[in-house]
Amino acid sequence: MLARTKQASDDASAGERRPMTMIQALRSALDVTMGRDDNVVVFGQDVGYFGGVFRVTEGLQAKYGPSRCFDAPINEGGIVGVAVGMAAYGLRPVAEIQFADYFYPASDQIVSEAARLRYRSAGDFTCPLTLRMPCGGGIYGGQTHSQSPEALFTHVCGLRTVMPANPYDAKGLLISAIECDDPVIFLEPKRLYNGPFDGHHDRPVVPWSKHELGNVPEGYYCVPLESASVFRAGTQVTVLAYGTMVWVSQAAAEESGIDAEIIDLRSLWPMDLETVVASVKKTGRCVIVHEATRTSGFGAELSALVQEHCFWHLESPIERVAGWDTPYPHATEWAYFPGPERVAAALMRAMET
Amino acid sequence: MSQRPPLRLHVPEPSGRPGHETDFSYLHLSEAGAVRRPPVDTSHFDTQDLAYDLIRVLDAEGNAVGPWVPEVSPDQLCRGLRAMMKTRIFDARMLVAQRQKKISFYMQCLGEEAIAVAQAQALEPGDMCFPTYRQQGLLLARDDIPLAELMCQLMSNERDPLKGRQLPVMYSYKRAGFFTISGNLATQFIQAVGWAMASAIKGDTRIASGWIGDGATAEADFHTALTFAHVYRAPVILNVVNNQWAISTFQAIAGGESTTFAARGVGCGIASLRVDGNDFLAVLAASRWAAERARSNLGPTLVEWVTYRAGAHSTSDDPSKYRPADDWQRFPLGDPVLRLKQHLVNLGAWSEDEHRQAQAELEAEVAEAQKEAESHGTLLDGHIPDPATMFQDVYAEMPAHLREQLRQLEA
Repeated sequence: MLARTKQASDDASAGERRPMTMIQALRSALDVTMGRDDNVVVFGQDVGYFGGVFRVTEGLQAKYGPSRCFDAPINEGGIVGVAVGMAAYGLRPVAEIQFADYFYPASDQIVSEAARLRYRSAGDFTCPLTLRMPCGGGIYGGQTHSQSPEALFTHVCGLRTVMPANPYDAKGLLISAIECDDPVIFLEPKRLYNGPFDGHHDRPVVPWSKHELGNVPEGYYCVPLESASVFRAGTQVTVLAYGTMVWVSQAAAEESGIDAEIIDLRSLWPMDLETVVASVKKTGRCVIVHEATRTSGFGAELSALVQEHCFWHLESPIERVAGWDTPYPHATEWAYFPGPERVAAALMRAMET
Repeated sequence: MSQRPPLRLHVPEPSGRPGHETDFSYLHLSEAGAVRRPPVDTSHFDTQDLAYDLIRVLDAEGNAVGPWVPEVSPDQLCRGLRAMMKTRIFDARMLVAQRQKKISFYMQCLGEEAIAVAQAQALEPGDMCFPTYRQQGLLLARDDIPLAELMCQLMSNERDPLKGRQLPVMYSYKRAGFFTISGNLATQFIQAVGWAMASAIKGDTRIASGWIGDGATAEADFHTALTFAHVYRAPVILNVVNNQWAISTFQAIAGGESTTFAARGVGCGIASLRVDGNDFLAVLAASRWAAERARSNLGPTLVEWVTYRAGAHSTSDDPSKYRPADDWQRFPLGDPVLRLKQHLVNLGAWSEDEHRQAQAELEAEVAEAQKEAESHGTLLDGHIPDPATMFQDVYAEMPAHLREQLRQLEA
């Protein structure tokens, strides 16, 4: 049985803690796993000498050499395709797709190949690869640097889809992903790279160095997959969120004065249904929040699961807050982004009946 | 106003269609022995002519001529001949089994047997092939894969090593250096490059061999594989089996008109050869040349094997609808089995009697294997894998939602 909460993860021997941004925490995860296992190789566009456009892989090529950390051609299908071949060989490749918005050319290699290698060969070949990709908006990235495509992955059997919401989880989850024998899609909410962004784009962001979850052990520890965390304990309504929306939901709860219990899913699929069901049964109300577009978003699956497992405990209809069903706009992105006001309004609606 | 005539879209057509015969001059054949053999450490630039010529060893009389004649014992060639014969007999029996509904679907490699069987002789234990569905010869050339086990996969029965999950022919044999066949085309070509890169990253000595058909070279994956193979100088053989037909589309629709598929490699900086794929000795020699390059850190080699898909694409296809019925009989590169047989007869290493005897022995061996496979069931008699097994191997460990769905299936 997988451990159920972040607190259960074993970091007692993980060394000194120091303040890290999410970028530094991810880098530390790569460094730790590359140091422990020669089979871990890291590659992607700009990740070698330069260290990645978001600097996650900075210094790794200098430390581990160009055969362990290297640049790839601008070809996502190729990046994932060679990663599948490497994984079949016995390596644990960690490939970076520069923006989640760019993964589409690699769809065939992800859906038909990586996800099904173990199944179609009845375990003869396996595909322990990790595919990192920054996702989400709020950086004026327009419609090609802002998307949250998690539902396109959670729909694929054989994949694991993960999204951390803080540096501590980012490192522990990335180590778990790399050590996992299944292919893992590791989505990094880029708006959280430098601080716990709560959706108030007109206020300065508190840096991770000022936050408890930015205090990260320097050594090896895991945050288990399929394990959600109760990010904020509460009694009145359950909020299911992940990534940036965990922080937006916290702001909404505090500003609305509604005592929401916020579940950070962390692993989207396969997921920790037990924690979700226990919370909704306790509060009797549920609001689902994600940044991705609404229709057929992962929230639809969450809503169906809550309905199936908690129907007789629900006091009010399940609410969904999501990005509008439009491409992510550039100039008007803050009207698109489901910020704390929209989440607070949903919390109020959930409390009305 | 322009005085030019209106523009016209060019849609390539084969010269032959049902009712009128193919003009095979489009193949641009070279004489046996006429094409030079550069040293393995040559540059891609130096292979430009080799990407347009056709490397051939066996002449019309079955004699081995020219610089590409490989050093090979008559014994090894006899093993190759028997493996090709076995492959053909195996295919023929499985076609019948499909017509009897014991198998849902089948794909034969009739006419292309030399390519897989001869390359198998050029590879070493530990190497990995990333085949398409027409390289069963790689497995049938080996002594360590029981025929009955292959047939259990084809019959999707209780002993199917792939638990009834894959279409027939989509084998997976890691222990025999045979990567799990996808069924989606071209994806494996990039994976072969990645596997080869991994071998180089680890400092091992194993090489990869990727396979693709002429039709699937039109996929982006083909060009991607060439780019990555060249960039990282991956130890990989990139095989393009040009059998002229992708289901009903002629190779010109994949871009083969007035050029060759080997020429694509030179443009990507890869040493490239165009080879008579129905000439066992030429396949062996060119495969060894490419393998030697890969194993010597000289990087990838692209080889276009010119051959002809003598049978239907699959048991769901009817080629009489789109090409002349006697096309294979008129194909100028002949039958790989008959050509190697004639060579061995010329050498005094084989005879008509031995050929008849080998044919009878192999037919008996395949029939015996089929009997054994059928004793474990066929798709027809319902002795298929337990449906509960469909939930296995989706993940390394079965997650809660699949345990729940398995419970629902069994309820």
